[in-house]
Amino acid sequence: MTEARDTAAAVARRSYGKLVAFLAARTRDVAAAEDALSEAFASALADWPLKGCPSNPEAWLLTVARRKLIDVARRDLRGEAATAQVQLLAEGLGAAAADAAIPDRRLALMFACAHPAIEVGIRAPLMLQAVLGLDAKRIASAFLMSPAAMGKRLGRAKHKIRHAGIPFGIPEREELPGRLDTVLDAIYAAFTAGWTDPGGTDVVRRDLTEEALFLARLVAELLPQAPEALGLLALMLHAEARRRARRNGDGEYVPLAEQDPALWDWLMIDEAEGALRRAGALGSLGRYQLEAALQSAHVHRRRTGDANWAAVVRLYDALAALTGSPVVAINRALAIAELHGAGAALEALQAVAADARLAEYQPYWAARAELLARTGAHAEARRAYQVAIGLERDPAVRRFLQRRQSALPA
Amino acid sequence: MKYMLMDYVGEAGWPRLPRAEQERWLGAYNAYMEAMAKAGVLQSTTGLEPSSAATTVRVVNDKTQVLDGPYADSKEQLGGFHIIDVPDLDAAISWAARSPTALHGVVEVRPLLDRTAHEREFGTAALQPPDGADHA
Repeated sequence: MTEARDTAAAVARRSYGKLVAFLAARTRDVAAAEDALSEAFASALADWPLKGCPSNPEAWLLTVARRKLIDVARRDLRGEAATAQVQLLAEGLGAAAADAAIPDRRLALMFACAHPAIEVGIRAPLMLQAVLGLDAKRIASAFLMSPAAMGKRLGRAKHKIRHAGIPFGIPEREELPGRLDTVLDAIYAAFTAGWTDPGGTDVVRRDLTEEALFLARLVAELLPQAPEALGLLALMLHAEARRRARRNGDGEYVPLAEQDPALWDWLMIDEAEGALRRAGALGSLGRYQLEAALQSAHVHRRRTGDANWAAVVRLYDALAALTGSPVVAINRALAIAELHGAGAALEALQAVAADARLAEYQPYWAARAELLARTGAHAEARRAYQVAIGLERDPAVRRFLQRRQSALPA
Repeated sequence: MKYMLMDYVGEAGWPRLPRAEQERWLGAYNAYMEAMAKAGVLQSTTGLEPSSAATTVRVVNDKTQVLDGPYADSKEQLGGFHIIDVPDLDAAISWAARSPTALHGVVEVRPLLDRTAHEREFGTAALQPPDGADHA
């Protein structure tokens, strides 16, 4: 019994997206493919313990799911419509069930989930559900949404894929970079949703960063010539590698400069560096590669003691030119502080101070406070810390900022 | 799949354009439709008189209410539409992006009702009532 359950679970994890992608590719009906597949998994759990696991579990599941899909089409459709739909389902599917290797269309499924015609905020949840089989409840909690609302939005997105005719395919060469960006952004959104709990106390969110890493690895593997896919993978691996070091034994927040490198996952860092090198060799720079390169520079500095701030500022310059993001400007200012002092950094920060988006952005106020403190403007620093503390949601980070604030000379 | 490409345009600008400029735009529209016809995707195309010629009608308590003007009082108005038959949304979007309207207005891409799915839901080819319609 447990063996059948384990096999079903393993197949589910490994092949879920492959099976959904294959079943939905023709009809574009992701919801129907998911329903048929979940029934097939239920049949497997009932059947395998009695008759033993099939030699090719994936093909077994596909055959059963396919039968369910055809049953549904026969039941719900009449006349010509039924014939057409059943024919559509039978085409290709029949051939595939006979063949041991099921073609991997997960990338096409991801391009459909992150299509520009799909609302930006639902792309990551949709991908997590369709490619990895996560249920709406789990996804909802990571994205701080009610399960009912998440379910409704996922349903609407699947309806859109089907009825708007969103293709299951890999875009043409000239469109690929732009379309790939939407896929990578969705994967990164899933990762950061998981990352909002860096202490790893919330199992649901912790798992989500692993699921997002799985997706990033998958895209990098299926599109080995796409530098930004490798860049994103490198960035995520770097972040994940330092997760444990970001909290001390008491659960308190530890900034990068004070982390213990012995707590970093060096295998993961090596993997990140390898991905970044491969990306660099492809000769086309992008946002994720630059961000990964910054992570790499931080690791290098801590490992060797080499104060590579000039290189870090140059990377931030490139990133700022590419994205125009005020968040990048904040980090750039902090690097400038190391290179030219806090005064120069505050001047650099002034350039983005007018950006209305920063008024409610905690890292801006924390950076400002830190720099003011270093120039001796303690009263101003205290006020900036106050704003930062008020904006922070994570209690550990809030305590960290409070400690900094109270360390200011009176 | 069949899609309707709806051209939403700011009507106020057109009369203010110099004649030569108007002719340039008309030339661009003609070339666009020719290209769609040549590619074998264009099924039909329809231009509309400006919304100043529009009248809206509804029946409330058995009384026909007729009002001067278009349904939505927005800056951009429906100026015309094309029906095209293409493999998928990406192909429809790439035709929409070539439309001169995309440069000065907005093109809405809408699939035509899928009759197969519709028949599955209603059994007949009846048209769908609008959302929230009261049939009591």
